[in-house]
Amino acid sequence: MAQGTLVTTARRRRTWSATRWRDTRDGYLFILPWLLGFVIWTAGPMIASIAIAFTDWRIVTVPHFVGLANFAALFQDPRIRVSLFNTTFYVVFGVPTHLIFALAAALLLNQRRRGIAIYRTLFYLPYITPLVASSLLWLWIFNTNFGLANWLLSLFRLPAIYWLEDPRVVKISFIIMSWWTIGGQMVILLAGLQSIPEHLYDAASIDGANRWQRFWHVTFPLLTPSLFFNLTLALIGAFQVFVQAYVITGGGPEDASLFYVLYLYRVAFQNFDMGYASAIAWLLFVVVLIVTLTQFRFANRWVFYEAELKR
Amino acid sequence: MDTSPDLLVRVTGRASLEAYARSSYRALRLVLAYAVLTGCALGMALPFLWLLSTSLKVEGTEFVFPPQWLPQPVRWQNYPDALHVVPYLAYARNTLVITVAATTGTLVTASLAAFGFARVRFPGRNLLFILLLSTLMLPDAVTLVPKYILFSRLHWINTYLPLTVPAWFGGGAFNVFLLRQFFMTVPYDLDEAARIDGAGNFRIYWSVLLPLSKPALSAVAIFSIQYNWNDFLNPLIYLNQQQYFTLALGLQFFQSEYGTQWTLMMAAAVMMILPMVVLFFAAQRFFIQGIQLTGLAGR
Repeated sequence: MAQGTLVTTARRRRTWSATRWRDTRDGYLFILPWLLGFVIWTAGPMIASIAIAFTDWRIVTVPHFVGLANFAALFQDPRIRVSLFNTTFYVVFGVPTHLIFALAAALLLNQRRRGIAIYRTLFYLPYITPLVASSLLWLWIFNTNFGLANWLLSLFRLPAIYWLEDPRVVKISFIIMSWWTIGGQMVILLAGLQSIPEHLYDAASIDGANRWQRFWHVTFPLLTPSLFFNLTLALIGAFQVFVQAYVITGGGPEDASLFYVLYLYRVAFQNFDMGYASAIAWLLFVVVLIVTLTQFRFANRWVFYEAELKR
Repeated sequence: MDTSPDLLVRVTGRASLEAYARSSYRALRLVLAYAVLTGCALGMALPFLWLLSTSLKVEGTEFVFPPQWLPQPVRWQNYPDALHVVPYLAYARNTLVITVAATTGTLVTASLAAFGFARVRFPGRNLLFILLLSTLMLPDAVTLVPKYILFSRLHWINTYLPLTVPAWFGGGAFNVFLLRQFFMTVPYDLDEAARIDGAGNFRIYWSVLLPLSKPALSAVAIFSIQYNWNDFLNPLIYLNQQQYFTLALGLQFFQSEYGTQWTLMMAAAVMMILPMVVLFFAAQRFFIQGIQLTGLAGR
């Protein structure tokens, strides 16, 4: 009898650990493609790019160790300063306005009305347009003589603007362009709005809350996780703005739209100065890391997680 | 005696006035709501409408100010012409090959990894998942240079390999994350039932989870198709012989030293956008559902 129990327990322990062993093997097999990809195309290149940043590698030449020369050059290079300024301008004014418009659009489209799906598609349409195609289109819209933008101004008897030729205006033109691509964020916010339970609004109404109060005390707090998610991805995306500037202005006029990644592209793939390009890339990484960490640090001041209430 | 409120209303006439006011207020709000919706939607569609209009104009008439919204005369011939000015069909075929190869790889390997993270218990899982999430925050630009060097050492420049092979290794952190969140919502009872029938992990992945995850898989497929169809930077770096070009690269060739052929370029752009629009229309129900259920919305 006692012996019998012992045998069963032992067997049970053995089968339990067999399952565990099998799960460990299977788990790693399942994630293996991703894990290999992470090593080959993320971790490996990141380590390699530190090493490359200490050399004068130009693809065709033999790399020499140059110490901190590339990093020192960053501080001497006026184009680094200009492109950092341009990109910061684009991030600081572009990201918040973009997010506010996306939120406004999501609120507007979160109505139960006939034909709302058509409106949603219309708002989403510019977002699925390839960036090259829309950039070429905007090049045409911002055309000084024949463009749509100056035609709209002329309707209000306003003078024509040199949207792409005036160094003071060109960055603002890029921000205006970005307002037409709110579709992606809008869809995520819309999904967030639709998952807010109806009974919370009913309860708020019974307590006498008006529309505005319902927005501030129900909608907004429950939407902050979606807003936070969007803000994080939008910041990282905005720091890497490239295609529009490459296609439309090529960085001009007078480097006024020379954004950081466009400059990185020039150094790496037009001058083939891979050592310096790696140093430039690492500076971007550090800047984005600081911004992201700061944003995460302040997240608990404004992002509301339901789970916290249950604790 | 009939003493329903209806009759009282008819007798006194007061409530009906209120009802009339209420219904006209409701009608006003309805009109206002649609006016705002239509106004904003028109604003969003304006660039696209102008694109469409320009693509149908006779060369020369696009330079009329103030702009004509309705092309006079309409020139459909711009579309066939655009196919010949640049080798458009060859570019389209190249883009299609890349998109199909990369999207297939993404669906296969991202769903495998997502299943591992969502359903299989193994040591180190949480740590690796945090690692995966942190790569979401990594700017792609940082790995641009070493990746280029790696691919040029492998003699992969001017092949589609740099644009497709990486998709077969995990298919992007964002897609793994999205699918993992979705898999988490599928009840465990189904796994247990399959396990009692003797199914292993792979069997559960293939015959239980995948068939139940069509909305999330289609959302990932759409993201991947869009990304690859529209990608500009990677083809720009890895393809530098015209016969390998994608549509995104090819569109620029309507700009030349002799000036820009706006009408033909816009026709080509419309033809590049159209497949994406059709795709979005066809799959939008799955798509929004997929995003909603994955907890991307924050819950």
